[in-house]
Amino acid sequence: MSMKVTTLTFDTVIVGGGGAGLRTAYELAQNGSHVAVISKVYPTRSHTVSAQGGINAAIGNTEADDDWRWHMYDTVVGSDFLGDQDSIEFMCKEAPANIYELEHMGMPFSRRPDGKIYQRAFGGATRNYGGEQAHRTCAVADRTGHAMLHALFQKNIQAKTKFYNEWFALDLVKTKNGVAGVTAINIETGEVVFFQARATVLATGGAGRIFASTTNAHINTGDGMGMVLRAGYPLQDMEFWQFHPTGIYGVGCLITEGVRGEGGYLINKNGERFMERYAPHLKDLSCRDIVSRSSMIEIREGRGCGPKADHVLLKLDHLDPEVIKTRLPGIRELAMTFAGVDPLKDPIPVIPTCHYLMGGIPTNVHGQVLTMDANNKDEIVEGLYAVGETACVSVHGANRLGANSLLDLVVFGRAAGIHILEAVREGLPLNDATLPELDHALARLARWNTNENGESVDTLREALQKIMEEDFGVFRTDEQMSAGFKKLKELNQRLQSASIKDKSQCYNTARIEALELDNLMATALASAYLADNRKESRGAHARYDFTERDDINWLKHSIYFLDGRIASRPVNRKPKEMEPIDLKDRE
Amino acid sequence: MRFSIYRYNPETDAKPYMQEFDVDTKEHNCQMVLDALLTIKNKMDETLTLRRSCREGVCGSDGMNINGTNRLACTTHLSQLKEPIIIRPLPGLPVVRDLVVDMTPFYKQYEKVKPYLINDQPQPARERLQTPEERAKLDGLYECILCACCTSSCPSYWWNPDEFLGPAALLQAYRFIADSRDTAHDERLADLTDPFSLYRCRGIMNCVDVCPKGLNPTKAINHIKDEILEKSV
Repeated sequence: MSMKVTTLTFDTVIVGGGGAGLRTAYELAQNGSHVAVISKVYPTRSHTVSAQGGINAAIGNTEADDDWRWHMYDTVVGSDFLGDQDSIEFMCKEAPANIYELEHMGMPFSRRPDGKIYQRAFGGATRNYGGEQAHRTCAVADRTGHAMLHALFQKNIQAKTKFYNEWFALDLVKTKNGVAGVTAINIETGEVVFFQARATVLATGGAGRIFASTTNAHINTGDGMGMVLRAGYPLQDMEFWQFHPTGIYGVGCLITEGVRGEGGYLINKNGERFMERYAPHLKDLSCRDIVSRSSMIEIREGRGCGPKADHVLLKLDHLDPEVIKTRLPGIRELAMTFAGVDPLKDPIPVIPTCHYLMGGIPTNVHGQVLTMDANNKDEIVEGLYAVGETACVSVHGANRLGANSLLDLVVFGRAAGIHILEAVREGLPLNDATLPELDHALARLARWNTNENGESVDTLREALQKIMEEDFGVFRTDEQMSAGFKKLKELNQRLQSASIKDKSQCYNTARIEALELDNLMATALASAYLADNRKESRGAHARYDFTERDDINWLKHSIYFLDGRIASRPVNRKPKEMEPIDLKDRE
Repeated sequence: MRFSIYRYNPETDAKPYMQEFDVDTKEHNCQMVLDALLTIKNKMDETLTLRRSCREGVCGSDGMNINGTNRLACTTHLSQLKEPIIIRPLPGLPVVRDLVVDMTPFYKQYEKVKPYLINDQPQPARERLQTPEERAKLDGLYECILCACCTSSCPSYWWNPDEFLGPAALLQAYRFIADSRDTAHDERLADLTDPFSLYRCRGIMNCVDVCPKGLNPTKAINHIKDEILEKSV
């Protein structure tokens, strides 16, 4: 059964209107390339808008001798050595130029008295290869993501980028000659279109909604990762989910690490600043994986706060009220709205909360998607790119440094744009799709349109989120993970016969949520499978049964295909200019 | 708690109607209006249609009219509201379905004010400098989340939705007029001197009352008027 599909043709089609997608789009549009952005929300609703604390770059405004090499060192150590050193070197070296570019675009950075961009302290940032705390995080108060996303969108308006807002991408169209584009549905009308393109860019963001409690927006459903898996390409390092130490207790909203960067700290029920015990050097500004584990240990050992002793407190009432009002106005608003406390007077109840996926679609530094042949040798998927949180370059390894995510978006969003311009000039082909190939990319939509009398999306989504929350949290064991994985597989079976009652065409959000659930399930299965598979503790992946990092057996990226095939890829430890950074223990 | 919600699906409904729902807000742990709406959608009626994303008041998706006032569902506490809680789409914009309005006219006015930094000078190797005082002029302007609560509450906009830019677009216009790095200052003012774009603002100040971010579009509009006046003297 073939659906009626219109074809729209572009040089490049970008799926996702967040920071990464918009940065790629701008590179292409301002150079006259024929580019379309498909976004399931109006671009300023993308989750980049929620980023608070800042964006790292060694521009030396606070400490004049700051050096991108120190930034690189911190990123490699923060990644627990799983980050690729060539990619990290590229990102940190490119960072300053990208910040100046954002400033020239109009991003309203906070300023120092000398008129330069304000930079604050952030987690894991050190001077001189592990020395004193560095101030490397460029900030717009505590609304850096909002300011960045709006500036990028505004520049795309100026560059006349073609936007398809409130369109939902369904699947990659894979032909015998390679990727030909994507199918997408107009949410408002139900119209289905084949977006044919020489280059297809997935900039679809994270998938934090696989967990019950997350800082992520409702829209973070792993759409690009689902598409890639279904097209037969792999995902990488999906076991590495970052739990942010300071999500608001009971609600999940993010409270930026910038609070601790400005001098706030965590306390337990005794009022003790417990991070001094776990990490005497960097204390509350240790890496996020370390701080989150410390909070969970405090809670487990009975030193948590509140009637259930199930959270800790973030104290900042000792700070100068002017600092809170000018540097942290957004989190004050959030704390008052969602936790009912004014941080000028009282501490904020917080708990480690799912925040960010370090893994994703494997790419090289140009954003080109990588797959593997039958002999586990890397292969570039010509014409397919991934950028931003959905991609795994890998610059974050097993644990991302705070304020490196916004940086990742612009550095690799730009790099992909530059590479696509060149590839199109050199004749990147436009592939045609046959009707069966198109039908294949519309199969999910057909399933949801026709399934009747099945379980509801809400039932299955809630069950999925509960499994991930209970069995794949901050601390993990084989027992829990294998049980969790088994439950997920059963759930996946049930998903195939699930159904929606609402079959209308006009703005059918029940159908969109159903299509998103397919992607959540694919992402969760990949995460669960690889988590149980990795028999060590590294970065955000912490196990009770394998408590140590095992560099002999596990200093490698995990690769997962939809059919259950698992492989690995070596970690790059050959930066171009720097000496490789040696393995060492982290604090 | 009892909710009365505006329903309209153009495929099945001849005309809009209000539908009542009783939600056990305790059992479903609902703190905000959005929590209750999602409980209805997830547990009672999946056809209920609304936009939502960040659920923390920064993405601007879920502006709607709640008990007569435009606000964000995700930051409006249920405990502050009288029952039945009456929820309608934002006024002054065409309804697509239920609580989803067509935002196109709103976005069009936004794009009209050239909402991007214009600087015709050569780009320096580093950042352009801006003193903290110059930068402070952007506070209260750049934080706009484009939720349309203000513009869709403005009677002047209701009367002249094509010609009057509305408070959100004008706030954005001033965000760039006030930016020390922008070199199109005079052209931006000149673009607003016709009788409608700016001057249809009658200082009713609904925009100020409803802005969920506590911004003050009327003040921005008055600043623009002052600057135009200064230039013409």
